[in-house]
Amino acid sequence: MLQLDDVALTQDGFSLSLSAQVETGARVAVLGPSGSGKSTLLALIAGFERPDRGRILWDGVDITDDPVARRPVSILFQDGNLFPHLSVFENVALGLRPDLRLSEADVARVHDSLAQVGLAGFGDRRPATLSGGQQARVGLARLLLRDRPLALLDEPFAALDPGLRADMLAQLAALSQARGLTLIMACHDLRDAERLCDRLWLLENGARVLDLPMAALRGAPVPPILQPWL
Amino acid sequence: MAARARPLTGVHWAGAVLAALVALGVLAPLGAVLARADWPLALGPADLAAIRFTLLQAALSALVSVVLAVPVARALARRSFRGRAALVTLMGAPFLLPVIVAVLGLLAVFGRAGWLNAAVAAIGLGRIDIYGLHGVVLAHVFLNLPLVVRLILQGWQAIPSERVRLATALGFSARDMLAHFERPLLRAVLPGAFLLVFLICTTSFAVALILGGGPRATTVELAIYQAFRFDFDLGRAAALGLIQVAICLLGGALAFRAIRDQDLGPGLDRPAMVWPGDHALARFGDALAIGVAGLFLVAPMLAVLLKGLPALPDLPPQVWAAALRSIILALASTALAVMMALPIALLAARLARPGLVEGLAFLTIAVSPLVLGTGLFILIRKVADPVALALPVTGLVNALVALPFILRALVPAAMAAEATQGRLADALGLGPMARLRHAILPRLTRPLGFGAGLAAAFSMGDLGVIALFSQPGQGTLPLEMYRLMGAYRTDDAQGAAVVLMVLTLAIFWLFDRGGRLDAATR
Repeated sequence: MLQLDDVALTQDGFSLSLSAQVETGARVAVLGPSGSGKSTLLALIAGFERPDRGRILWDGVDITDDPVARRPVSILFQDGNLFPHLSVFENVALGLRPDLRLSEADVARVHDSLAQVGLAGFGDRRPATLSGGQQARVGLARLLLRDRPLALLDEPFAALDPGLRADMLAQLAALSQARGLTLIMACHDLRDAERLCDRLWLLENGARVLDLPMAALRGAPVPPILQPWL
Repeated sequence: MAARARPLTGVHWAGAVLAALVALGVLAPLGAVLARADWPLALGPADLAAIRFTLLQAALSALVSVVLAVPVARALARRSFRGRAALVTLMGAPFLLPVIVAVLGLLAVFGRAGWLNAAVAAIGLGRIDIYGLHGVVLAHVFLNLPLVVRLILQGWQAIPSERVRLATALGFSARDMLAHFERPLLRAVLPGAFLLVFLICTTSFAVALILGGGPRATTVELAIYQAFRFDFDLGRAAALGLIQVAICLLGGALAFRAIRDQDLGPGLDRPAMVWPGDHALARFGDALAIGVAGLFLVAPMLAVLLKGLPALPDLPPQVWAAALRSIILALASTALAVMMALPIALLAARLARPGLVEGLAFLTIAVSPLVLGTGLFILIRKVADPVALALPVTGLVNALVALPFILRALVPAAMAAEATQGRLADALGLGPMARLRHAILPRLTRPLGFGAGLAAAFSMGDLGVIALFSQPGQGTLPLEMYRLMGAYRTDDAQGAAVVLMVLTLAIFWLFDRGGRLDAATR
């Protein structure tokens, strides 16, 4: 379980403050306008930013001061998930060993992960030769391979067209369910959130103004506060 | 063709004529040198030694500059500390500093009676001698290390921060960062940087004039000067000139890409980036690199100031007369360079042919200042007394040498202005003059100020052609300083160095500032 215990950060005149918890295996969608604090929230959890006050706990252990790489977290950005000078295989393998010294078992795991996202046989290609959807799936393959219990996604498929995006979200939902991943995704489309997540947070001006289970929205009229996010 | 729709106007034709004149201004002296050289080219042992020394010192200078620049650039890229911005700015100073001032500063620190020898003597060790090969290399490293640091820093700052963020997320160690970031970066930047410094050092004159000399430490440029000035053997000077052209052509061809991609502009003060895999040893190494490099760069300039300031009140009047001549020469040569550069830049931008500019740049690189001076002397001698024309010839050569730098600053801005404001002006139907005044020129004031500042600083500090021609009573400040040094009037030379340093930096600052002020009001 992830706990944000009275966490606050002020940066360039913008401040975010939040207390929240996310059950293990939950999949939370974070909605909000640009500048509402979605990315800052993910950066705090990932460890790119340190909070001014408050604590971040994972399964009861304080990880507030842990460096990025030692947190139980893997993260997928909107773009810049791949190194252009490395092959698809190497990009995924970085998730296992950044120095790329792979054992035979490691190699097999990388291939396995590529196969899981439907990219078997693409290992030797460079990222630049792939379509946007394929590039997103390479990032996903690495996320799966890293096998960290908490996945953070910062508008990961925003650059893809709607059909492809729906496809990726469905794949991610199936894979994370199978592995019991806890997942937090920043996005700006309620429909995307519904495809993947079971809980919804709405951020405004650095504060959480709404927190409800996705099930509450099914079959019911969309509340006015969420209308802009359709 | 798109150009048909927008006819060339008067200023563009002027640009074409000027570009042709510049080419002629370089090629005619080259032709004169070709015709006057002793044929067949017979290379004596002294000539071969000069060629060997030129190549050796240039290679060593480039190698040492590059090797030392790597840790300094790395430290500047990833550390924030007080004075970081000042140090980055300081990295631009040796580029502007008159070579003779830099050499005097180095002598004050590393020379016979310098600070370092005083310290070494105090602990009972032998003396350090700065003359000869290692002195020449030391001076070249002082002058070029900052340039290489800036080149590497540019590469470093071109790394997208998303990629560093990704590396952080993946837990890269220092070794992983080396493999995936630093090594590819250095592989891309260092060969060009090496060749650039090599090329610059092959035309070294002032450094070799003061710290070199003799059969074992004479560059080809210096040999031209000696053949010309001491032996008045024009045929041999011309033959050496051709050798220099061959060396420059070779170096220029090798370094051409590096020169083209070189970004002279300011703007290297992006904040330091958080670098994954950091550890205490790396922090110590970076602190050491910054400390040593800062000391190496600051100490000579500080020495010039400390030793020169007390000598200022008693400076002989000929120093002030020379200073006035230098200011007038710098202003005239800058005006000439700007008048040539502006129409040529506008033409290159309108034709969308930056290659025109690169061609001109290559010409002025291939024919070094002393070769130009020799050629002009041979040409002028047929119609007038070249010695009486020493200052105008120096101004012309300085303008030709500065031209590529101004063009490099101007052309990208002019092309950007054509692409954006120029199109708008065409759509509004502005006439050629109004278009130039309101749409194009306002965008050029900043690079023009910067380029003119460079040209003025170069001309102010130049000790090259003027040394070939001059006679007493018409010298520039750098030449006067050289004479004082030669006469062992060290106090006066140090005072003159302060005057020259302050004037050079001030004239650059005034032009650069002027361009910015004007830009800020629009």
